[in-house]
Amino acid sequence: VPAASIGAAPQFRTDFERTTVVSTASTNGARDHARAQAGTVATTQPTVPATALTDPPDGVDAADVVWDETIGAGGYATRRVPQGARVRLVDVDGDTCAGLLLHRGDAPAERLNVADTVKLQWQAYPGPGYLLLSDMGRVLATVVDDTCGCHDMFCATSNQADNARRYGDGTAHGPTPSGRDRLVVALAKHGLTERDVAPNVNLFSGVVIEGDGTVSLRHRSYAGAHLVLRAEMPLIVTVADVPHRLDPRPAYTAGRVRITAWRGPPAGADDNARTATPEAVRAFENTDEETRLAECAR
Amino acid sequence: MTGGPSPASAATEGDVGQVDIAADATARAPVVVHDQVVPARAPWTHQLLAGEHLRIVDLHGNQAVDFLAYVVADPVERYSAPDTIAAAGNVFLTSGTVLMTNRGRPMLTVVDDTCGRPGTIGGACSRESNTVRYGHHTAHQHACVENFLLGGAPHGLGKRDLQSNVNWFMNVPVEPDGTLGIVDGISAPGKHVEVRAELDVIVVVSNCPQINNPCNGFDPTPVRMIVTRPS
Repeated sequence: VPAASIGAAPQFRTDFERTTVVSTASTNGARDHARAQAGTVATTQPTVPATALTDPPDGVDAADVVWDETIGAGGYATRRVPQGARVRLVDVDGDTCAGLLLHRGDAPAERLNVADTVKLQWQAYPGPGYLLLSDMGRVLATVVDDTCGCHDMFCATSNQADNARRYGDGTAHGPTPSGRDRLVVALAKHGLTERDVAPNVNLFSGVVIEGDGTVSLRHRSYAGAHLVLRAEMPLIVTVADVPHRLDPRPAYTAGRVRITAWRGPPAGADDNARTATPEAVRAFENTDEETRLAECAR
Repeated sequence: MTGGPSPASAATEGDVGQVDIAADATARAPVVVHDQVVPARAPWTHQLLAGEHLRIVDLHGNQAVDFLAYVVADPVERYSAPDTIAAAGNVFLTSGTVLMTNRGRPMLTVVDDTCGRPGTIGGACSRESNTVRYGHHTAHQHACVENFLLGGAPHGLGKRDLQSNVNWFMNVPVEPDGTLGIVDGISAPGKHVEVRAELDVIVVVSNCPQINNPCNGFDPTPVRMIVTRPS
């Protein structure tokens, strides 16, 4: 194969005669019909290659982008990202709930632990500098930017029973699927199972906890609100775009979520997130031990 | 160490926790099918049949008991803290709170709570999280996750099966600014909680061995487990 042709855009995208009426009665016709569909643009889909995105985040070179995908109501996305990657989640329409789950990419039995996350940081509400901790005392990700400031560490995502009650149907194949079922399918793409569906974080649909323990939904998000994570270890990032389970509205309401990730370095030695608290110092020390092992193996 | 399901045995410590199921005060006395003192720092596991009650007695006071449960028919269905919180609309449990599974089914019901404000947001201590909270010197101390792994192993349950648990007799307030933490307990000798199984469930408990925070009054002590069924 001549080197010049490697990476050339597939010719059929531009050359195929779209106006031709094709019959699918024959294999050739069916093939032509199938090929004619390429190039369609959907409102929710990945950008492939990710580097082809036309609006990289400020200061980010498109060449560094490793994931760009928009999901809509009932959708999910899941992808491995390398240590140091930034992962930006955008509330595109200003009215959504992004169920986020993190697993360690190179050892997925280690995963987000929301109880440890709130307890070890003595803080129930995420914001800039907040760490998402694993069940092994290590930092999976740092919240490096958050323009929404209202999220939920306590309610996790919906299940079939919730949605059957609220919307009349909770089946995974129906119009109002549950977040749990989305996560189960997403994780199965990595060989994981329902056992691996740990309690997740909800982004852009927050809760507050009153003194008597009452949990109330608070919505403060807006179109374009975003949160940026920095992967402090290799991660499997999984997002389910479903209504918050406490959302009282009868309509299944979950706007689009755009996920964009790009390469970058993990927290440096003097990074604020690393030095902010004694707990953060030790959680990063634990994380560094694993990073050093990975470096030894290389 | 205490192990898996064992035949009914006499409790060996104290006389607190007399079985007197509040919800059935007028009914015939329930039958005690299991009665066991769990030593300080130990795991405990037991299978409850639907309809059976488990009473957990804090024999000496201020003893946190971390609690997980799994559906016998398919242990992938298990106690879920977020499902319980969302269903109750509250992070604290109380008499009448239904403990939900991860698939949204009622699993256990709190039928009695003489302590008040047990929670389900505090998770379980682990060797690893202890190092973050208190320092690397705590890495070899006893911890609840070790107990969960030991207690779950006979049922084929492992690390991937551990999720956010109930914290009986533990006090975890949340301040308006989100500050949250384990503070001095409000339990006392003889206080108890009692749950009724709505399904056949495997219970896995850690009688919390933590010595670095006030959840056990800095001194882990035994608790008593009494399983009854209606006569």
